[in-house]
Amino acid sequence: MVNKINTSGTNKLVLAIIFTFISFLNGFAQAHETDTTHHGAVGHVEGVAPHDAHNEHNPDAPVDIAKIAFEHILDSHSWHFWGEHNDAVSVPLPVILKTENGLVMFSSSAFHHDHDAKVVAEVNGQRFVNFNEDIYVASAQPNGLTGQYLTFATNEKKETAIQNVKPLDFSITKNVVQLFISALVLILLFTSVARSYKKHGVTTAPKGKQSFLEILIVFVRDDLAKGNIGARGEKFTPYLLTVFFIILINNIFGLIPISANLTGNIAFTLVLSVFTLMLTVFNGNKNYWGHIFTPHAPKALWIILIPIEIIGIFTKPFALMIRLFANISAGHIIIISLVGLIFMFKSLLIAPVAVGFALFIDVLEVLVAVLQAYIFTLLTALFIGSAVADHNGDGQHDSDDEKLVAEGHH
Amino acid sequence: MVGSISVVGAGLAVIGAGIGIGQIGGHAMDAIARQPEASGKITTTMLIAAALVEGVALFGVVVSLIK
Repeated sequence: MVNKINTSGTNKLVLAIIFTFISFLNGFAQAHETDTTHHGAVGHVEGVAPHDAHNEHNPDAPVDIAKIAFEHILDSHSWHFWGEHNDAVSVPLPVILKTENGLVMFSSSAFHHDHDAKVVAEVNGQRFVNFNEDIYVASAQPNGLTGQYLTFATNEKKETAIQNVKPLDFSITKNVVQLFISALVLILLFTSVARSYKKHGVTTAPKGKQSFLEILIVFVRDDLAKGNIGARGEKFTPYLLTVFFIILINNIFGLIPISANLTGNIAFTLVLSVFTLMLTVFNGNKNYWGHIFTPHAPKALWIILIPIEIIGIFTKPFALMIRLFANISAGHIIIISLVGLIFMFKSLLIAPVAVGFALFIDVLEVLVAVLQAYIFTLLTALFIGSAVADHNGDGQHDSDDEKLVAEGHH
Repeated sequence: MVGSISVVGAGLAVIGAGIGIGQIGGHAMDAIARQPEASGKITTTMLIAAALVEGVALFGVVVSLIK
């Protein structure tokens, strides 16, 4: 019994309107910012501001777009909205450190917007500095050369390394706050949809956001879970749905100008791919491990094939991690660089070109956001499917299964 | 020489992506021309293959940008 989902004309129209609105909004935000002049502190354009660490308000200093781009895709101890240095409008986030003397908590406003290890935060008798969003225990004296409270050491290979102790950092950083926000949004959305299912049942026509989400949920459940995992797909559908929606919502959030780049953070994607790895390893049946340790090839080749198969267990989730991280981060860097062109050339004439390109890339990024969520979920479903594949249902890896595989059964 | 040479690696990886995705798109167009009623399935498959190829190219970009 299949419940056909009614993707009526109105649903498609609503989706098209939302899509156009989001892309227009992004383009509008950029176009608006290029009307202002660019002397010193300009409003944040897609997160770009002439952020010169050494020249406070020098309009002639060259703008380092790479530094600005990386500042926007990397994590941070404060949520920066706009402005630079002491005019910066930002929300300081809690810093939680585990030092040898125990847990230390303070607000990152103790650093007074400094990212260069020049301001020392004194807490409970311990002194810390913030160097490019890494927190170290401050040196007693500022460094003679640069005025930073850090001690550098150069080894024989002319590589400099920081000698200061780095306590374990459990802070609530920008990405952590973003994770809380997106988790809250997901919980609110889905519990409300679940409530309307409970109240109205599954056979009445869906209304509002339920109709939009239902398309996606049924798609993940039927095409991805059941299609790739087969009968046991129901067991894994909650995980697949979670992965799909959390990646989708964080990708979309990342495209909004003043937001955090969570899916472009390799630690986040690492955790998701570790979950996938755990699922495949702990749900692997005899078939699966049989294919790895006793592959279907002449025994002479086993000496090469078995290590390759074992490494393959790890490379597949690794590829998942890198693919999502790189796609999203690269997209953000491109958008920031395109808008940053305006600041680099310091001329309004480049603005139509830059905003046009950036708008195009922005729309492409919306596509990439949805596509990457889909690809991650699809590949996870495929890996889980191959781990639980039981071709003839008897739980034994024997010749019956091989015949079914050879005939092309899933 | 301006900038670092590691970014040349990123550019080369992107050439690979360009060729790969271009091939995928071209074959998809041929397939749709041959059988227009299958264009939905073909487009979906094309997008998936393109995302996978792009993933590989981005490995190269990430490695070249690491240090």
